[in-house]
Amino acid sequence: MQKILETFLIGLSTGSIYALMSIALVLVWRSTRVVNFAQAGQAMLSTYIGFEIATRTEIFWLGLLFAIAAGALLGAGVDYFFMRVLFKHAVSGPAAVVAPVIATLGLLGLIRSIVGLIWGGEFKSIKAPASTDGFTIGEKTIPFSPLNLLIIVTVFVILISLAIIFQRTNLGLSLRASAYAPEIAQLAGIKTARTRTIGWAIAGGVGGVAGMLVTSSNFLSPYSLDLLLVFGFIAAVIGGLESMVGSVVGALILGIALTFILNYVGTSLVFIGGFVVLIVVLLVKPDGIMAKGRARRA
Amino acid sequence: MSLNVSNLTVHHGAICAVSQVSIAVPTGKLAAIIGANGAGKTTLLRTLSGLKTPTNGSIMWKGEKIAGIKPEALVRRGISHVSEGKSVIPELTVRENLELGAIWRRNAKESKESIDQVVSIFPRLGERLQQRADTLSGGERQMLAIGRAIMSKPQLLLLDEPSLGLAPLVIEQIFQTIRDLTTSMNLTVLLVEQNAMGALKIADLGIVLNLGKVVAMNHAQVLIDDPAVRAAYLGY
Repeated sequence: MQKILETFLIGLSTGSIYALMSIALVLVWRSTRVVNFAQAGQAMLSTYIGFEIATRTEIFWLGLLFAIAAGALLGAGVDYFFMRVLFKHAVSGPAAVVAPVIATLGLLGLIRSIVGLIWGGEFKSIKAPASTDGFTIGEKTIPFSPLNLLIIVTVFVILISLAIIFQRTNLGLSLRASAYAPEIAQLAGIKTARTRTIGWAIAGGVGGVAGMLVTSSNFLSPYSLDLLLVFGFIAAVIGGLESMVGSVVGALILGIALTFILNYVGTSLVFIGGFVVLIVVLLVKPDGIMAKGRARRA
Repeated sequence: MSLNVSNLTVHHGAICAVSQVSIAVPTGKLAAIIGANGAGKTTLLRTLSGLKTPTNGSIMWKGEKIAGIKPEALVRRGISHVSEGKSVIPELTVRENLELGAIWRRNAKESKESIDQVVSIFPRLGERLQQRADTLSGGERQMLAIGRAIMSKPQLLLLDEPSLGLAPLVIEQIFQTIRDLTTSMNLTVLLVEQNAMGALKIADLGIVLNLGKVVAMNHAQVLIDDPAVRAAYLGY
């Protein structure tokens, strides 16, 4: 019984980081219709910048702030300098669908090379902002650590902030309207191109947080966030790719499921487990767990 | 004349959708634009609201040239467009859809006042402010779309087929509301309609488009009485 609870809690902590990556992907997908593979690279570069600051100042939270800022700038930059130009040149046809996705793959490679040039390929680590030793209850030490708890709390705070921005502010209404119905948004007077760039910035900032949190209990390398991208994407698909709430729920389910596999079956099956969860969801609820069985667009 | 369109030509790629159209609508008047499918009615409206850029010709609005200006800028100059097919956002609540119309004004107090105004025009919307727009009936959605346009405090209202897919009784109500709004808010209205008779009945002016060209423009009542227009567009 206790092992089940521990596994659940650690799964929650893992899943909450997936949730951030997942939201970053959903935000871009629903505003731009692009699966942003470069998000792994953007988050990675942001984390390297956060790593530099955190290591030099020995303040993790300052590093996190810089990672958010760097992620936001990168996200806005990718939209402004790449997506806008691409959409101007490839207006319709297969090129318009494929070109942006290929571009994000290219960007991922580019960012990786740049990071490799600056920081080299060796593993770096960030000093965790809280103890990674498990909590001690009575005589026993459990695997769930203060760091795990801190991760959950941090993600929770970020999710609440996002919910307030999206549900309670004019910016949030503009972001949602531009994503759901760009033409109506434009007719209502919203500058949709600028709004989309802001969406990319928010996604980038959230990705930066995901990178920093993963790295706080792991190593940082030019490839270290690839798995996070894959799991974030699976979570987004589970949530239906459109819904931020769905992607969070999907990420928590995935995180918990994978931790159970890790603790009860073994390490080797975790990666496969992710895809099994994805396939089951796609077979049973192809529009994601939040779908209510009707088409979204008329 | 508050709206003055002269020699307007608009292309979709190689196809000419609107060809040398010249129309003038005085302030406070309701003009019905009728014509068969593909006559260029929707393209004309989309060009007036800035969604499409004309190939040629000029659009004067309150004495200024506006051809080629983007929709988000034209809203700020008092032009509101309710596009074809119940232009509401189904994922947003009724209140959010309305707030959207006033979002560029960045004034929460004015926005609230405008919502009260819209609710007084369409009481049904008032009962449903917190519901998602996709739970509304077709008629309610059209009310919401018009309500959203009113939220932007327009002087020129462009309506694209508000009667589409609605029951006859609801169409009558919507048309009556459009007539009342035109008078009470001193709006200039362009109403594009397939329902030619219904539209001409409430309109001051009638404009008949065919294959992108204006083939008739006159007082609405004159068009209703015109045997040629009757035969071609009113079906009797």
